Amino acid sequence: MVDRKELEYIAQIAKIDFTREEGEKLIKDLVRIIEYVEKLKEVDVDGVEPMYHPFTIEQRLREDVVKNWLSNEEALLNAPDRKDGFFRVPKIIET
Amino acid sequence: MEFEAVIGLEVHVQLNTDSKIFCSCSTAFGNPPNTNVCPICLGMPGTLPVLNVKAVEYAVKAALALNCRINDISVFARKNYFYPDLPKGYQISQYDKPLATNGYVLIETKGGQKRIRIKRVHVEEDAGKNVHGEGNDPYSYVDLNRAGVPLIEIVTEPDISTPEEARVFLTKLRTIMRYLGVSNADMEKGELRCDANVSIRPKGSNELGVKTEIKNINSFKFVAKALEYEIERQILVIKAGGRIEQETRLWNASLGITETMRKKEMEHDYRYFPDPDLMPLVLKPEMIEKWKKELPELPDKRKARFMEDYGLSSYDSEVLTSEKAIADFFESALKFYNNPTAIANWVTVELMSRLNREGIEIVDAPIEAWQLAKIVKLVEENVITGRVGKELLDIVWKEGGDPEEIVKKRDMIQISDASSLEVVVDEVIKECPAEVEKYLSGKTKVIGYLVGQVMKKTRGRANPQFVTELLEKKLSELKR
Repeated sequence: MVDRKELEYIAQIAKIDFTREEGEKLIKDLVRIIEYVEKLKEVDVDGVEPMYHPFTIEQRLREDVVKNWLSNEEALLNAPDRKDGFFRVPKIIET
Repeated sequence: MEFEAVIGLEVHVQLNTDSKIFCSCSTAFGNPPNTNVCPICLGMPGTLPVLNVKAVEYAVKAALALNCRINDISVFARKNYFYPDLPKGYQISQYDKPLATNGYVLIETKGGQKRIRIKRVHVEEDAGKNVHGEGNDPYSYVDLNRAGVPLIEIVTEPDISTPEEARVFLTKLRTIMRYLGVSNADMEKGELRCDANVSIRPKGSNELGVKTEIKNINSFKFVAKALEYEIERQILVIKAGGRIEQETRLWNASLGITETMRKKEMEHDYRYFPDPDLMPLVLKPEMIEKWKKELPELPDKRKARFMEDYGLSSYDSEVLTSEKAIADFFESALKFYNNPTAIANWVTVELMSRLNREGIEIVDAPIEAWQLAKIVKLVEENVITGRVGKELLDIVWKEGGDPEEIVKKRDMIQISDASSLEVVVDEVIKECPAEVEKYLSGKTKVIGYLVGQVMKKTRGRANPQFVTELLEKKLSELKR
């Protein structure tokens, strides 16, 4: 079951924000989604290999060759903030 | 109560490909920030990762060298976490279908050889680097040059019982990676990073205690220290009637302690799922076979061969094969002078002490195998004395050149004719009456001093054994 607490946890790790009303609606949606997945669980998949991708092609591989694509200036074009070639972000405290 | 530690390691090794794992950016270290980046490793919308075949080859070779089973199908997964070192919001890794499983590494311990089992080896991308502003600077700075550099993660079973075993294991791992040439595995440069899971239990017990994870051990020097500290800490907690809390702790090298990492919220909820941008990695048996054939002779095998073929001791063979470049140097010196015991002795003692002293690797040493071989040959064939040999090594080290010519030019050849040595011996006997008196009164140990005087006068060019015999003869004549 999805309750308010569960929803808030999911919202937090997904970094999304919503109003109380939107939250009520989201809970209803999530309950339906989970019910749907529960239904799928009824299928007997014993001995069936899990499918990781809808296409049955294999991984394409690339040769180990260096290509330059972007300059530092281009790389930082979309950045909201920068300094000395770095992306600048609010301080992340690690310890 | 006596306790024992149970240690498992998670080791990340950077693979030294030219380009990143999922894009064509350079992996070069030390470039200005954000210059080895592209829309793929910057996590721009609409980009797609394409796997680097060299990263796969290196990972497979590493896993084979760790005696792992290579899985013919492995799957890339997204490890989701929110941190600016990976702008996509997830790291591409492997989860329930890793590249390889079930391997082992043999290490030498005081109690003999020990097998450390490898649980899994998987492939993933490295994250970028954050620099945190100092003091009041409210910012952190993100450099994504490292984001997307290929890594393998090697996870051991909890088979390690002491900090020393952990250190030996990591050293062995580094040796293997260097033999393979897949990574330089230098811990100080971050090419090999190690997290440790540590728990304690009453000695002899089969149950596992609550474990802590130790991060930030970033130097070979600190591996044993960090683990020793943590084991001791856990023992003290238990003895005081406390409980170990499952947590992540950071090694603080300047304080020499581990400390609780402030818990990042829901840090372990990574919500792994298969990455829809990447197809399963299918490795054909002939591909694996080809890479297997390309593996070099690995340290265990080479050590056994050195013992078998050259009749060297287990210790000498271990030292010589601990680095591929040293073993290569040794074997190429043998091509110039086929005397394994003597060459081994000079490499492990004289050469390695000079390398340690100057803190350099053998490939950067100012001496080549043929030069050392010639020096050893000159000594072994009694052209020069051992003492002059060491001097000669220092000269070649500093100035280069052909040892044989240096010996001729500098008049270093051993004085082997008895008559010219006799002159010197007589001189010394005349100049040291006190010591001669002591000798004659039965304190025969003093002969060492007299031999030293002769060596000094001949600038080390006399054979000490021959000098001793000559002195003994002359002194016994005096006795009569």
